[in-house]
Amino acid sequence: MLGVGAYRTRNRPALSEVLPLPIGEMSWALTDHRDQSVRPTDWAGHPVMVFFGFTWCPDVCPTTLGDISLWLEDLGADANRLIVALISVDPERDTPAVLADYVSNFDPRIIGLTGPAEEVAQAAADFRVTYRRVDKDGGHYTMDHTAGVFLFHPDGRFASIIDFHEDRRFAVPKIRRTLS
Amino acid sequence: MNHFLLAAALTLSAPAAMACETVAIGDLTVEHAWSKATIGAGRPGVFYVEITNTGSTDDALVGIATPAAGMPMLHETVVQDGIASMPHAMSIPVPAGQSVQLSPGGYHGMLMGLTTALKEGDSFPVTLTFEKAGEVTVNVDVLSLRAEGPDCADAGQ
Repeated sequence: MLGVGAYRTRNRPALSEVLPLPIGEMSWALTDHRDQSVRPTDWAGHPVMVFFGFTWCPDVCPTTLGDISLWLEDLGADANRLIVALISVDPERDTPAVLADYVSNFDPRIIGLTGPAEEVAQAAADFRVTYRRVDKDGGHYTMDHTAGVFLFHPDGRFASIIDFHEDRRFAVPKIRRTLS
Repeated sequence: MNHFLLAAALTLSAPAAMACETVAIGDLTVEHAWSKATIGAGRPGVFYVEITNTGSTDDALVGIATPAAGMPMLHETVVQDGIASMPHAMSIPVPAGQSVQLSPGGYHGMLMGLTTALKEGDSFPVTLTFEKAGEVTVNVDVLSLRAEGPDCADAGQ
């Protein structure tokens, strides 16, 4: 019995350290780009697509948001129930007003989420995302962050990750599988 | 329709006219220079371009300069173990007989310290410095934040 117990404690946490929690077991509280508070329970019953980023970054984030906008166009009205959220890893610079300005450039179904540093950290922990501040010359800083797009079924179970630069031919069917 | 007329018609109608220019210096051709609109001037802009080396000698892009930004730099987006980071690139190789793209998700110019926000439809010059070929200036078109690249008749993207 001891052997089995040890086996389980070694292996089960390892799995859960890698995969995002089901949405319903998450505990963050963030604010969207319209200044509305958002909690994981608000997403109950909806398929969900989330990625982490920051509006200051000139390359990865607009590219990902552009890709997501194209996927949403492909899916059309089928994706209307899909929650699509960018969670900022840079809440110091990404206020709700900045996020509003930013997401207005992309598909209107994309929402921006930010909040106090500890709530962003909680969201990152729940999604098993890593991020860190990198200071650059001249007092500037940038953020390294997990670049994948996370998909969840309507019951909150984690479905899959769309990797950065994954081909649309694979991304759109992955999303479609979460919609029913 | 001959190619010249077709190209001329597209150049007149395309919003990304300048980005479709090709500028040559020595064995290098530089084309499809474009950027994305920014939110205000406090955030960096981005610079993308395509460089082709038709010669037999390797070259490298070692720097960029522009009146549009006080601190332009070369960067590379690197995704390792799922984590995206953006290290400074000291130089970008342009090997003999090859094309190199500064394009979304890879090498790019990062325009820090913008003098003014970049708006869709604007254009600005960027001077590229190559290790061997020297300096060449291209006009850069500002496209929307959503753009994937300029809409040129010959664009390889």
